[in-house]
Amino acid sequence: MSKYLLNKFLFTVDRDPDLVERYRQDPRGTVAWWEAESAGVILNCTTPERSTWLEFTPTEREALATHDYVTLFELGAHNFLLLTLFIALFERDYAEPLAFQREFAARLSHWSLPYPDIST
Amino acid sequence: MATVAAVIASTHHPFYYKASTSSGPDRPPFADEWVAKITAFRETLTQARADVLVMVGSDHFHQLWLDNMPQFLVGKAPYYDANWYNEEREFGLPRMFVPGDEDLSAYLLREGLDAGFDLAFSNELRIDHSITCPLITLRPEADLPIVPVYTNIFAPPLPQPRRFVELGRTIRRLVEAWPSDKRVAIIGTGHLSLELGGPRQFGPHGPDPEFDRKAVGWIASGDLESALAEVSLDSLWLPGNATHGFMDFMLMMGVAGDKIAADYVDSLDLFHTMEAYFTWYPEGAL
Repeated sequence: MSKYLLNKFLFTVDRDPDLVERYRQDPRGTVAWWEAESAGVILNCTTPERSTWLEFTPTEREALATHDYVTLFELGAHNFLLLTLFIALFERDYAEPLAFQREFAARLSHWSLPYPDIST
Repeated sequence: MATVAAVIASTHHPFYYKASTSSGPDRPPFADEWVAKITAFRETLTQARADVLVMVGSDHFHQLWLDNMPQFLVGKAPYYDANWYNEEREFGLPRMFVPGDEDLSAYLLREGLDAGFDLAFSNELRIDHSITCPLITLRPEADLPIVPVYTNIFAPPLPQPRRFVELGRTIRRLVEAWPSDKRVAIIGTGHLSLELGGPRQFGPHGPDPEFDRKAVGWIASGDLESALAEVSLDSLWLPGNATHGFMDFMLMMGVAGDKIAADYVDSLDLFHTMEAYFTWYPEGAL
Protein backbone atom coordinates (compact mmCIF):
# COMPACT_ATOMS: atom_id res chain seq x y z
CA MET A 1 0.00 0.00 0.00
CA SER A 2 1.29 3.44 -0.90
CA LYS A 3 -1.01 5.91 0.82
CA TYR A 4 1.64 8.56 0.54
CA LEU A 5 1.70 8.24 -3.22
CA LEU A 6 -2.10 8.26 -3.44
CA ASN A 7 -2.09 11.49 -1.48
CA LYS A 8 0.72 12.88 -3.63
CA PHE A 9 -1.37 12.28 -6.73
CA LEU A 10 -4.42 13.97 -5.20
CA PHE A 11 -2.27 16.86 -3.93
CA THR A 12 -0.45 17.55 -7.18
CA VAL A 13 -3.56 17.30 -9.34
CA ASP A 14 -5.64 19.44 -6.98
CA ARG A 15 -3.21 22.36 -7.18
CA ASP A 16 -2.97 22.45 -10.98
CA PRO A 17 -6.01 23.67 -12.93
CA ASP A 18 -4.88 21.99 -16.15
CA LEU A 19 -4.31 18.70 -14.40
CA VAL A 20 -7.73 18.86 -12.74
CA GLU A 21 -9.33 19.08 -16.18
CA ARG A 22 -7.08 16.43 -17.63
CA TYR A 23 -7.88 14.02 -14.81
CA ARG A 24 -11.60 14.70 -15.23
CA GLN A 25 -11.50 14.02 -18.97
CA ASP A 26 -9.06 11.12 -19.04
CA PRO A 27 -8.56 9.57 -15.62
CA ARG A 28 -6.83 6.39 -16.76
CA GLY A 29 -4.46 8.15 -19.10
CA THR A 30 -3.68 10.84 -16.57
CA VAL A 31 -2.89 8.31 -13.85
CA ALA A 32 -0.61 6.34 -16.17
CA TRP A 33 1.19 9.49 -17.31
CA TRP A 34 1.51 10.85 -13.78
CA GLU A 35 2.86 7.60 -12.34
CA ALA A 36 5.47 7.39 -15.09
CA GLU A 37 6.52 11.03 -15.15
CA SER A 38 5.61 12.74 -11.89
CA ALA A 39 5.37 10.19 -9.08
CA GLY A 40 9.08 10.49 -8.32
CA VAL A 41 9.34 14.27 -8.40
CA ILE A 42 10.41 15.49 -4.97
CA LEU A 43 8.18 18.48 -4.65
CA ASN A 44 10.47 20.71 -2.62
CA CYS A 45 13.57 19.95 -4.67
CA THR A 46 14.78 21.20 -7.99
CA THR A 47 14.77 18.71 -10.82
CA PRO A 48 16.34 16.40 -11.85
CA GLU A 49 16.52 14.85 -8.40
CA ARG A 50 13.84 12.17 -8.15
CA SER A 51 12.70 9.34 -5.96
CA THR A 52 13.14 5.98 -7.66
CA TRP A 53 10.89 3.63 -5.71
CA LEU A 54 7.36 5.04 -5.68
CA GLU A 55 4.56 3.14 -7.41
CA PHE A 56 0.86 2.47 -6.95
CA THR A 57 -0.52 -0.95 -6.11
CA PRO A 58 -2.87 -2.32 -8.81
CA THR A 59 -5.88 -1.58 -6.55
CA GLU A 60 -4.79 2.01 -6.00
CA ARG A 61 -4.07 2.56 -9.69
CA GLU A 62 -7.49 1.21 -10.68
CA ALA A 63 -9.30 3.29 -8.04
CA LEU A 64 -7.65 6.46 -9.31
CA ALA A 65 -8.24 5.48 -12.95
CA THR A 66 -11.97 5.05 -12.33
CA HIS A 67 -12.51 8.11 -10.08
CA ASP A 68 -13.58 5.65 -7.39
CA TYR A 69 -13.53 7.86 -4.33
CA VAL A 70 -15.21 5.25 -2.13
CA THR A 71 -12.33 2.85 -2.67
CA LEU A 72 -9.81 5.66 -2.27
CA PHE A 73 -11.40 6.51 1.10
CA GLU A 74 -11.20 2.83 2.05
CA LEU A 75 -7.54 2.69 1.06
CA GLY A 76 -6.80 5.49 3.52
CA ALA A 77 -6.41 8.43 1.16
CA HIS A 78 -6.48 11.67 3.14
CA ASN A 79 -10.09 12.71 3.56
CA PHE A 80 -9.46 16.41 2.97
CA LEU A 81 -7.44 15.94 -0.21
CA LEU A 82 -9.96 13.46 -1.52
CA LEU A 83 -12.94 15.72 -0.91
CA THR A 84 -11.30 18.86 -2.23
CA LEU A 85 -10.17 17.34 -5.50
CA PHE A 86 -13.42 15.48 -6.14
CA ILE A 87 -15.45 18.65 -5.52
CA ALA A 88 -13.32 20.29 -8.20
CA LEU A 89 -13.91 17.38 -10.54
CA PHE A 90 -17.64 16.81 -10.15
CA GLU A 91 -19.48 19.54 -8.24
CA ARG A 92 -20.14 21.30 -11.55
CA ASP A 93 -22.30 18.38 -12.74
CA TYR A 94 -24.89 18.88 -9.98
CA ALA A 95 -27.57 21.54 -10.12
CA GLU A 96 -28.12 22.00 -6.39
CA PRO A 97 -25.47 23.46 -4.08
CA LEU A 98 -23.75 20.77 -1.99
CA ALA A 99 -25.54 17.98 -3.90
CA PHE A 100 -22.26 16.34 -4.86
CA GLN A 101 -20.93 16.61 -1.32
CA ARG A 102 -24.08 14.95 0.02
CA GLU A 103 -23.90 12.16 -2.54
CA PHE A 104 -20.26 11.65 -1.56
CA ALA A 105 -21.39 11.25 2.05
CA ALA A 106 -24.24 8.90 1.11
CA ARG A 107 -21.93 6.63 -0.86
CA LEU A 108 -19.79 6.27 2.28
CA SER A 109 -22.79 5.75 4.57
CA HIS A 110 -21.96 2.09 5.15
CA TRP A 111 -18.91 3.28 7.11
CA SER A 112 -18.92 3.86 10.84
CA LEU A 113 -15.99 4.50 13.14
CA PRO A 114 -13.21 3.69 13.02
CA TYR A 115 -12.67 4.96 9.50
CA PRO A 116 -9.71 3.71 7.48
CA ASP A 117 -6.39 4.89 8.87
CA ILE A 118 -5.07 7.97 7.05
CA SER A 119 -1.65 7.88 8.70
CA THR A 120 1.25 7.90 6.29
CA MET B 1 7.00 45.09 27.57
CA ALA B 2 4.35 44.35 25.00
CA THR B 3 0.69 44.24 25.94
CA VAL B 4 -1.62 41.37 25.03
CA ALA B 5 -4.49 43.54 23.88
CA ALA B 6 -6.86 40.69 23.04
CA VAL B 7 -7.00 36.94 22.74
CA ILE B 8 -9.42 35.83 20.07
CA ALA B 9 -10.47 32.32 19.07
CA SER B 10 -12.95 31.32 16.43
CA THR B 11 -13.89 28.79 13.85
CA HIS B 12 -12.80 29.59 10.30
CA HIS B 13 -15.49 29.03 7.73
CA PRO B 14 -14.17 29.46 4.19
CA PHE B 15 -17.66 30.13 2.83
CA TYR B 16 -18.14 33.31 4.87
CA TYR B 17 -16.53 35.53 2.27
CA LYS B 18 -18.75 34.23 -0.52
CA ALA B 19 -21.90 34.25 1.62
CA SER B 20 -21.30 37.77 2.89
CA THR B 21 -20.49 39.28 -0.50
CA SER B 22 -23.20 37.56 -2.54
CA SER B 23 -26.45 39.22 -3.43
CA GLY B 24 -29.80 38.43 -5.00
CA PRO B 25 -30.70 34.78 -5.46
CA ASP B 26 -27.11 33.74 -4.73
CA ARG B 27 -27.27 35.12 -1.20
CA PRO B 28 -28.00 32.30 1.25
CA PRO B 29 -30.85 32.84 3.71
CA PHE B 30 -28.53 32.75 6.72
CA ALA B 31 -26.13 35.38 5.32
CA ASP B 32 -27.61 38.45 7.03
CA GLU B 33 -27.55 36.87 10.48
CA TRP B 34 -24.01 35.62 9.87
CA VAL B 35 -22.80 39.06 8.77
CA ALA B 36 -24.40 40.67 11.82
CA LYS B 37 -22.61 38.25 14.13
CA ILE B 38 -19.28 38.74 12.37
CA THR B 39 -19.67 42.52 12.46
CA ALA B 40 -20.16 42.39 16.22
CA PHE B 41 -17.22 39.98 16.61
CA ARG B 42 -15.01 42.26 14.49
CA GLU B 43 -15.69 45.09 16.89
CA THR B 44 -14.02 43.09 19.69
CA LEU B 45 -10.70 43.31 17.83
CA THR B 46 -11.21 46.90 16.73
CA GLN B 47 -11.76 47.97 20.34
CA ALA B 48 -8.50 46.32 21.41
CA ARG B 49 -6.45 48.76 19.26
CA ALA B 50 -3.90 46.11 18.34
CA ASP B 51 -0.67 46.98 16.50
CA VAL B 52 0.35 43.41 15.65
CA LEU B 53 -1.50 40.12 15.19
CA VAL B 54 -0.09 36.72 16.11
CA MET B 55 -2.25 34.38 14.06
CA VAL B 56 -2.52 30.66 14.78
CA GLY B 57 -3.86 28.43 12.03
CA SER B 58 -3.13 25.23 10.14
CA ASP B 59 -2.05 24.87 6.55
CA HIS B 60 -4.48 22.66 4.60
CA PHE B 61 -1.88 20.86 2.46
CA HIS B 62 -1.05 24.02 0.54
CA GLN B 63 2.60 24.70 1.25
CA LEU B 64 3.30 22.13 3.95
CA TRP B 65 3.35 18.62 2.59
CA LEU B 66 3.98 15.06 3.68
CA ASP B 67 7.56 15.01 2.40
CA ASN B 68 8.59 17.57 4.99
CA MET B 69 5.87 18.16 7.57
CA PRO B 70 6.51 20.41 10.56
CA GLN B 71 4.40 20.05 13.70
CA PHE B 72 4.63 23.72 14.69
CA LEU B 73 5.96 26.42 12.37
CA VAL B 74 6.40 30.17 12.71
CA GLY B 75 6.46 32.39 9.65
CA LYS B 76 9.29 34.91 9.56
CA ALA B 77 8.91 37.11 6.52
CA PRO B 78 8.29 40.79 5.80
CA TYR B 79 5.22 39.96 3.73
CA TYR B 80 2.85 37.08 3.15
CA ASP B 81 0.95 36.35 -0.01
CA ALA B 82 -2.27 34.64 0.82
CA ASN B 83 -4.81 32.15 -0.46
CA TRP B 84 -4.32 29.52 -3.09
CA TYR B 85 -5.80 28.53 -6.43
CA ASN B 86 -7.93 25.73 -4.98
CA GLU B 87 -9.33 28.09 -2.32
CA GLU B 88 -10.21 30.57 -5.03
CA ARG B 89 -11.81 27.72 -6.98
CA GLU B 90 -13.82 26.14 -4.17
CA PHE B 91 -14.60 29.04 -1.85
CA GLY B 92 -14.24 32.13 -4.03
CA LEU B 93 -11.58 33.52 -1.69
CA PRO B 94 -9.62 36.53 -2.96
CA ARG B 95 -5.86 36.69 -3.26
CA MET B 96 -4.47 38.76 -0.39
CA PHE B 97 -1.19 40.37 0.63
CA VAL B 98 -0.37 40.89 4.28
CA PRO B 99 2.58 42.58 6.01
CA GLY B 100 4.63 40.61 8.53
CA ASP B 101 6.36 41.60 11.77
CA GLU B 102 9.77 39.98 11.43
CA ASP B 103 11.01 41.24 14.78
CA LEU B 104 8.25 39.48 16.66
CA SER B 105 8.70 36.37 14.48
CA ALA B 106 12.41 36.26 15.28
CA TYR B 107 11.73 36.79 18.96
CA LEU B 108 9.09 34.04 19.15
CA LEU B 109 11.35 31.62 17.29
CA ARG B 110 14.39 32.25 19.49
CA GLU B 111 12.50 32.28 22.77
CA GLY B 112 10.19 29.44 21.73
CA LEU B 113 13.17 27.23 20.91
CA ASP B 114 14.74 28.08 24.25
CA ALA B 115 11.44 27.30 25.99
CA GLY B 116 11.44 23.73 24.66
CA PHE B 117 9.48 23.98 21.40
CA ASP B 118 11.56 22.94 18.40
CA LEU B 119 9.74 25.33 16.11
CA ALA B 120 10.18 25.13 12.36
CA PHE B 121 10.27 28.38 10.44
CA SER B 122 9.54 29.67 6.97
CA ASN B 123 10.94 32.76 5.27
CA GLU B 124 8.57 32.41 2.34
CA LEU B 125 5.14 31.37 3.48
CA ARG B 126 1.96 31.70 1.50
CA ILE B 127 -0.79 31.62 4.09
CA ASP B 128 -4.12 29.91 3.55
CA HIS B 129 -7.71 30.31 4.69
CA SER B 130 -7.00 29.23 8.26
CA ILE B 131 -5.39 32.66 8.64
CA THR B 132 -7.13 34.67 5.95
CA CYS B 133 -10.63 33.76 7.17
CA PRO B 134 -10.04 35.49 10.52
CA LEU B 135 -8.46 38.41 8.68
CA ILE B 136 -11.58 38.68 6.52
CA THR B 137 -13.87 38.46 9.52
CA LEU B 138 -11.87 40.49 12.05
CA ARG B 139 -9.65 42.86 10.08
CA PRO B 140 -10.65 42.88 6.41
CA GLU B 141 -8.28 45.77 5.70
CA ALA B 142 -5.47 43.25 6.41
CA ASP B 143 -3.28 46.23 7.28
CA LEU B 144 -1.76 45.08 10.57
CA PRO B 145 1.50 43.11 10.49
CA ILE B 146 1.12 39.47 11.41
CA VAL B 147 3.15 36.57 12.72
CA PRO B 148 1.65 33.34 11.40
CA VAL B 149 1.94 30.24 13.56
CA TYR B 150 1.00 26.98 11.89
CA THR B 151 0.11 23.79 13.73
CA ASN B 152 -0.31 20.30 12.37
CA ILE B 153 -3.89 19.21 13.04
CA PHE B 154 -4.09 17.47 9.73
CA ALA B 155 -1.42 14.88 8.95
CA PRO B 156 -0.91 12.13 11.55
CA PRO B 157 1.13 11.64 13.65
CA LEU B 158 -0.04 14.80 15.41
CA PRO B 159 1.22 16.38 18.62
CA GLN B 160 -0.87 15.63 21.71
CA PRO B 161 -3.62 18.08 22.78
CA ARG B 162 -1.62 18.94 25.88
CA ARG B 163 1.22 20.12 23.67
CA PHE B 164 -1.10 22.57 21.90
CA VAL B 165 -2.17 23.97 25.27
CA GLU B 166 1.45 24.27 26.37
CA LEU B 167 2.37 26.09 23.18
CA GLY B 168 -0.49 28.51 23.77
CA ARG B 169 0.69 29.20 27.30
CA THR B 170 4.21 29.72 26.01
CA ILE B 171 3.11 32.14 23.28
CA ARG B 172 1.18 34.16 25.85
CA ARG B 173 4.14 34.29 28.23
CA LEU B 174 6.59 35.21 25.49
CA VAL B 175 4.43 37.96 24.01
CA GLU B 176 4.00 39.49 27.46
CA ALA B 177 7.78 39.49 27.87
CA TRP B 178 8.49 40.92 24.40
CA PRO B 179 10.56 44.09 24.82
CA SER B 180 8.26 46.30 22.80
CA ASP B 181 5.59 48.86 23.50
CA LYS B 182 3.25 47.32 20.95
CA ARG B 183 -0.23 46.00 21.58
CA VAL B 184 -0.48 42.43 20.35
CA ALA B 185 -3.67 40.52 19.62
CA ILE B 186 -3.26 36.75 19.60
CA ILE B 187 -5.81 35.20 17.27
CA GLY B 188 -6.33 31.54 16.49
CA THR B 189 -8.86 29.56 14.54
CA GLY B 190 -9.87 25.94 14.68
CA HIS B 191 -12.94 23.79 14.43
CA LEU B 192 -15.67 22.37 16.55
CA SER B 193 -17.04 19.02 15.36
CA LEU B 194 -16.38 18.70 11.67
CA GLU B 195 -16.46 15.98 9.04
CA LEU B 196 -14.78 16.40 5.66
CA GLY B 197 -14.49 13.61 3.14
CA GLY B 198 -16.55 11.18 5.21
CA PRO B 199 -20.11 9.87 5.59
CA ARG B 200 -21.19 12.54 8.10
CA GLN B 201 -20.15 15.56 6.05
CA PHE B 202 -22.38 18.48 5.05
CA GLY B 203 -25.37 17.63 7.21
CA PRO B 204 -27.87 20.25 8.41
CA HIS B 205 -25.71 20.86 11.50
CA GLY B 206 -22.24 19.97 12.66
CA PRO B 207 -21.77 16.20 12.93
CA ASP B 208 -21.84 16.21 16.76
CA PRO B 209 -23.94 19.00 18.33
CA GLU B 210 -23.38 17.53 21.79
CA PHE B 211 -19.60 17.84 21.42
CA ASP B 212 -20.06 21.38 20.13
CA ARG B 213 -22.18 22.33 23.15
CA LYS B 214 -19.57 20.95 25.53
CA ALA B 215 -16.67 22.48 23.63
CA VAL B 216 -18.21 25.96 23.58
CA GLY B 217 -18.70 25.63 27.34
CA TRP B 218 -15.07 24.64 27.90
CA ILE B 219 -13.76 27.53 25.82
CA ALA B 220 -16.14 30.14 27.21
CA SER B 221 -15.28 29.26 30.81
CA GLY B 222 -11.58 28.47 30.25
CA ASP B 223 -12.17 24.94 31.50
CA LEU B 224 -8.90 23.42 30.36
CA GLU B 225 -9.12 20.69 32.98
CA SER B 226 -12.28 19.21 31.46
CA ALA B 227 -11.09 19.72 27.91
CA LEU B 228 -7.81 17.96 28.61
CA ALA B 229 -9.56 15.18 30.53
CA GLU B 230 -12.01 14.43 27.74
CA VAL B 231 -10.04 15.15 24.58
CA SER B 232 -7.41 12.84 23.15
CA LEU B 233 -6.03 12.22 19.69
CA ASP B 234 -8.25 9.11 19.54
CA SER B 235 -11.38 10.74 20.95
CA LEU B 236 -11.33 13.56 18.41
CA TRP B 237 -12.27 11.14 15.62
CA LEU B 238 -15.64 10.56 17.29
CA PRO B 239 -17.22 14.00 16.73
CA GLY B 240 -16.03 14.06 13.08
CA ASN B 241 -12.98 13.14 11.07
CA ALA B 242 -11.73 16.76 10.83
CA THR B 243 -12.29 17.61 14.49
CA HIS B 244 -8.59 17.58 15.35
CA GLY B 245 -8.76 21.26 14.44
CA PHE B 246 -10.27 21.64 17.90
CA MET B 247 -6.71 21.45 19.19
CA ASP B 248 -6.16 24.95 17.84
CA PHE B 249 -9.00 26.06 20.12
CA MET B 250 -7.19 24.28 22.96
CA LEU B 251 -4.02 26.17 22.06
CA MET B 252 -6.00 29.39 22.32
CA MET B 253 -7.39 28.30 25.69
CA GLY B 254 -3.76 28.00 26.74
CA VAL B 255 -3.17 31.55 25.51
CA ALA B 256 -6.24 32.86 27.33
CA GLY B 257 -5.38 31.13 30.59
CA ASP B 258 -6.77 28.42 32.83
CA LYS B 259 -10.24 29.18 34.23
CA ILE B 260 -10.31 32.57 32.52
CA ALA B 261 -13.80 33.11 31.14
CA ALA B 262 -14.11 34.77 27.76
CA ASP B 263 -15.38 38.35 27.74
CA TYR B 264 -17.28 37.79 24.51
CA VAL B 265 -18.96 34.57 23.40
CA ASP B 266 -21.18 33.99 20.41
CA SER B 267 -22.05 31.09 18.14
CA LEU B 268 -24.08 30.32 15.05
CA ASP B 269 -25.47 26.94 14.12
CA LEU B 270 -24.86 26.60 10.41
CA PHE B 271 -25.20 23.75 7.96
CA HIS B 272 -22.19 21.45 8.14
CA THR B 273 -20.58 23.01 11.22
CA MET B 274 -21.19 25.26 14.19
CA GLU B 275 -19.51 28.63 14.18
CA ALA B 276 -18.17 29.99 17.47
CA TYR B 277 -16.52 33.28 18.42
CA PHE B 278 -14.63 34.14 21.63
CA THR B 279 -12.68 37.18 22.82
CA TRP B 280 -10.74 37.72 26.03
CA TYR B 281 -9.36 41.06 27.17
CA PRO B 282 -6.40 40.39 29.50
CA GLU B 283 -6.34 44.05 30.57
CA GLY B 284 -9.93 43.74 31.76
CA ALA B 285 -13.17 44.09 29.83
CA LEU B 286 -13.01 47.15 27.57
